[in-house]
This record gives sequence, structure tokens and C-alpha cells, in this order.
Amino acid sequence: MKPIVVHKGKVAGMDRVNVDTDQIIPKQFLKRVERTGFGQFLFFDWRFKKDGSENEEFELNQPENRDATILAAGQNFGCGSSREHAPWALQDYGFKVIIAPSFADIFYNNCLKNGILPVTLDEKDVQYVIKESQAADYKCTIDLQRQIICDDSGFQRIFDIDPYWKEMLINGWDEIDVTLKYNKHITEFEKQHRL
Amino acid sequence: MGARTIFEKIWDDHAVIQERGKPNLLYIDLHLVHEVTSPQAFEGLRLKGRKVRRPDLTYATMDHNVPTENRFSISDEIAKKQMDTLVENCKEFGITLADLNSPEQGIVHVIGPELGLTQPGKTIVCGDSHTSTHGAFGALAFGIGTSEVEHVLATQTLWQAKPKTMKVNVDGKLGPGVTAKDVIMAIIGKYGVNFGTGFVIEYTGQVIRNMSMEERMTICNMSIEAGAKAGLISPDEKTFEYLRGKKHVPDGEDFDRAVEEWKALATDDGAEYDRIVEIDGSKIVPQVTWGTNPSMCVPVTKAVPSPDDFETEGEKRAVQQALEYMGLTPDTPIEDIEIQHVFIGSCTNSRLSDLQAAAKIVEGKKVAPGVRAMVVPGSQNVKEIAEQEGLDQIFIEAGFEWRDSGCSMCLGMNPDTVPEGERCASTSNRNFEGRQGKGARTHLVSPPMAAAAAIYGKFVDIRKLEKEPVGQE
Ligand code: SF4
Repeated sequence: MKPIVVHKGKVAGMDRVNVDTDQIIPKQFLKRVERTGFGQFLFFDWRFKKDGSENEEFELNQPENRDATILAAGQNFGCGSSREHAPWALQDYGFKVIIAPSFADIFYNNCLKNGILPVTLDEKDVQYVIKESQAADYKCTIDLQRQIICDDSGFQRIFDIDPYWKEMLINGWDEIDVTLKYNKHITEFEKQHRL
Repeated sequence: MGARTIFEKIWDDHAVIQERGKPNLLYIDLHLVHEVTSPQAFEGLRLKGRKVRRPDLTYATMDHNVPTENRFSISDEIAKKQMDTLVENCKEFGITLADLNSPEQGIVHVIGPELGLTQPGKTIVCGDSHTSTHGAFGALAFGIGTSEVEHVLATQTLWQAKPKTMKVNVDGKLGPGVTAKDVIMAIIGKYGVNFGTGFVIEYTGQVIRNMSMEERMTICNMSIEAGAKAGLISPDEKTFEYLRGKKHVPDGEDFDRAVEEWKALATDDGAEYDRIVEIDGSKIVPQVTWGTNPSMCVPVTKAVPSPDDFETEGEKRAVQQALEYMGLTPDTPIEDIEIQHVFIGSCTNSRLSDLQAAAKIVEGKKVAPGVRAMVVPGSQNVKEIAEQEGLDQIFIEAGFEWRDSGCSMCLGMNPDTVPEGERCASTSNRNFEGRQGKGARTHLVSPPMAAAAAIYGKFVDIRKLEKEPVGQE
């Protein structure tokens, strides 16, 4: 996993609530056995028209949202299916940070495990960011060490993150390596519980 | 130790590492694996030269993209590759697999309980959000992503922050024609698709106690549709009776001993929850969704709502978008909505009792002209028993298709899909845009409601049908 410490990037706003993982990556793309190459299918049914051309009305196709690395969206982002293909697709497309008033549990975890930083902010702060992102070159900076998100016009908020995950992300550690350090404990547990 | 909920007991019993302010390292008793969310996990193990720590606590099946007719001639090359990959991975890592040849094959959440792999007090995970189903047995069961699948394969553990607890107490008595599906849909309809986020829900109350194990599975199954980490129900005599004699359940004295342990799991009197929700079961009527998430549902007696009925701008817009997608106009009575497809299946409603309830409505009738109706049993085992009971004949004579088991039209990864712009009455759990096919319009309902929709070509309130409706005595 690539470490994240500070990230500054362009923001794409998506003012929709309950965006589910079926939309983020539709099921027809779940049959691949690789972890890579899902970006081209991100939001496929929203992003493309039937004839395969781009749907200009879709948020990510709007000129001001091109090359964004931060996505700001409405509450309960990533609900539904547990498919990790959703964060893989977001990441492969180029997103490094996702901002929302709330996330679905499994999706939130899936992001962390792939080095995408989910940032939970108050509804009105997310609305502010979404609104500002309509400006062509609106950028935000996320400083994970200090747990701060800010923009160039004075907006600044502190966000919460579990200290465990903060450490994992900043160091880019592999979680399985970390767990295997507790191998003795796991074996002991198995013995005690006759497993 | 003070009074504890069943969730807290299971959690404490499985914490390998419990350090203050940190996620706990939880031991996993059962890891269920299917073809869609596992290939990248096995690949990860291979890349690092890691083994599966406990193949004996791991069980695999294929369900998501298996064909439900002519199951051995898979025309979709990529789907076939995914299934072949699972076969190879299970062989390489020594994992038991119920493949298409196996009489044990079926939807992962149907076969776990059927085989007795699912048991009270266990921690159960699967790379699938509807793992919450297994909570019906008093297990702590939740869905995980592929990285977590890899983590469990390698270590048989997971780091987890302790969720909060919520009690959803459903008291009273269900009216005739009202099923477990209607209960959980009514709850989600009332409280929304994320009221469970961050919580493990325990379902309690007379209505839940009166339910069979299969009905309880329907309830727990849709906990994820409320955003909950898991849903569970304290085990009781019904749980033990269901499990007695199942393949992976201990027998003889070992069974009696297991039952004693399972009894001790039930939530203690006086245990506290972070949130309590009270539901009056006697007020619940059959439900139908009109929108694009499971909370967008109303009683069958009502009409499609209008964006004006909602308060916030966000809600109004979401409702507007949903209505456009669904091709519905506000104030249309639900009973006026015509459907072209009926799907009876999925891990929510494809067990024997679901098929029995649907067959009761269908018996001696014919599917309405222009309607394509399909029954997809949850497992090969359910299929076999249903055939012994002659349910297949009832469905086939009425004009239903009778298929092999799998996820099928629940998510349409196999050839079973709903064409664009057409409407489906479905017993599954998700009515998201595109779920059953691009542009497909899904209405979630109970099995008898779906069966009735097939016969009448539109939604009907099954309580009005002459035959004695299903439901709790
Ligand atoms: S039946 Fe549907 S919800 Fe259940 S596991 Fe299969 S795809 Fe998922």
C-alpha cells in the first residue's frame, strides 16, 4: 500500500445521497480475477450512454471535474454490496480521498485497506466543498498527520480517523504483516478454545 | 461481569487481542467463500507465498454467476474463468468446495445454515454483504471486502472496531398475509437505509420469537439494507431443533452439550443497548418498494409518493431521480402498477418455506399473459425437497420457469436479467438502479406477493385473495 501523508488535489462534487456500490462499479465488471483495470468501468452506467459515448451530464464528465483526485459526495456513500471492486475502481480512476457526511461500513473499511482516505465531515461542510468544486480549479489539501482538510480560501476542518488506521495509512503498512506479528497469540487462542 | 447482550458475549469470546482504544483482533470461526470476491485474495496470498491458515474453517461454493439452466454449458467465458479460478484456488489451498456438481451447491447464505456450518456463538464472515443472514442463529456474521477475505485466509482473524448495539423489538402479532419480508421492509421503510450504520442489530420480541428459522434468516439478511454491521437473534428451541441432525452439527451427547452452551449465549436480562427501537408488528401490512433503494417502500394499499411529501432538498431530489428511473408518477396506486417479470429467489427468500408460500398462491392458477415468471431455489437441496413435495409441478403448470440454484436475477451476473425499462416483482433484497439488468425496474416484495403479481400481472394485496393467506398463526 502506498503511504498517504499529505494530499492536495482537485475536487469533483457529486451531490447525490446513498450512492451504492452497484453504481460505483456495475456487476458486469465483477467477473475479472485481477485487482487492476477497474477505473475504466467506474460509474459505468452513469458515465456512458447506451452507444458508448460519454454522458455529458454526469458529474465526472463535466470539464471542471476532470482529473480530480478528491471526490465529495452525499451521505451513506458506498452502501450496498461489499464488492471491493468499488474502491479499486475509484482508485484506478485516480481518486485518493473521498469526502462525505457518512459512509457505509464495509465500503469505509475497503477504502482504508486500499490506501484511499475516507474523510467524514458535517453535512454542511460537504455541501460547501461540493458547491466550491464547481469552480474549475478548486482544490483541497488533506493533511492526515494533523487530521486537517482545508482549501485555499480559508476553509479548514479537523476530521476524525481511527488512530490504528491513521498509522497504517501514513506508513503504508500491509495489514497482514502487522497481524502475523501476533501469530503466537492466535495460536495460543486456538489452543485454549480447542479450535 | 454484568448483564451482557449476545453480541457482547460473542465478541468477548473471540477477541484475541483487546487493547484499549484500538480495534480488537477477532478470531473467525467460519469463513465462507464464493467465486466473485475471492480471486484477488487468493492471488494476494500467492504473491506473498502465504498459506491459508485454517482450510478446515473455510468453505467455498459458487453462486453469483452460475447459470440456472444448462448449468454445465457456460457460455460466458469470463464467468467461467472466475468459476474455474475458484476450483483451482480451492484445490491449491486445500479448501472444501461445493461446485456445480455438488448436491451441496447453492447460494452461500442458504447452504451455510442448511449444512449446519452456521451455528450459534460463531463468528462468521464472507466476502458478501448479506452474510448478516447467519445472524438468525445467534452468530455474529458480517460481510467483508476482498482485502479482508485475504486477511482471514492468511490469519483466521480480523481487526475490528467494536460496533454499537441496537435492539429492534418487534412485538404484537403479525396479521394474515404478512411475512418476515414485510416486517424487515417496513422497518427499513420507516427508519431508512443507514439507521443501522455502525450498529449490530439484535431483533427481539414476540413476532421474532414466533418466526421460524427461515423467516428469521429473511429478517437478518436485510440488516445490511439498513446499513447495519450485522443482525442477530438470540438462539432458542427453534434454533436448536433446526440444527439437530445437520451435517456439520455435533450429534448425541455432543449435541446436548452444544445446546447448553448455546443457551447461555442469549442476551441477559437487563443488558443494555446503545439504541432501542420499538415496532408494533400488528400494524405491518404487505410492503412494495417503488424506488431505487429498499427504504423507498410503502404498504401495498398505498400509492407512489411525490417528491413534495419529503422534507429536505436532498430527499426530494433522490425521490425525483428514483421516480424517473422507475418510470412512475406520484400518486399511482401500488395496485395499479403492472409488472412484466417475477423473480422468486435470492438469499432473502429462496428457502423451502418461501417456495411453499408462493406455491400456495399459484396453485391451480396461470401466470398472466405477457409475464415471465421464474423460481430459482436457493440451493440444490431446497430444489430437491421442493421437487419431492411437487412444488416444481405447481409452478411449471402455472407457467413459471423452474431453475437450478444460484443468485440469478437477484443481481443478473448470469444470463438471468430484466430488460431495460421493464418491471420486475422480485423477492430479492436490492432495488438499486441496474441491479437486475441495465435500466431494469425492481420492486421488492415477499414471496406470496410476488406469486400473486405473477398471476394478476400487477401488484395485489394478497390479503384480499380468497385462499387462506400465509403468515403466523
Ligand atoms: S442472492 Fe443476491 S444478495 Fe444474495 S448473495 Fe446472491 S447476489 Fe448477493
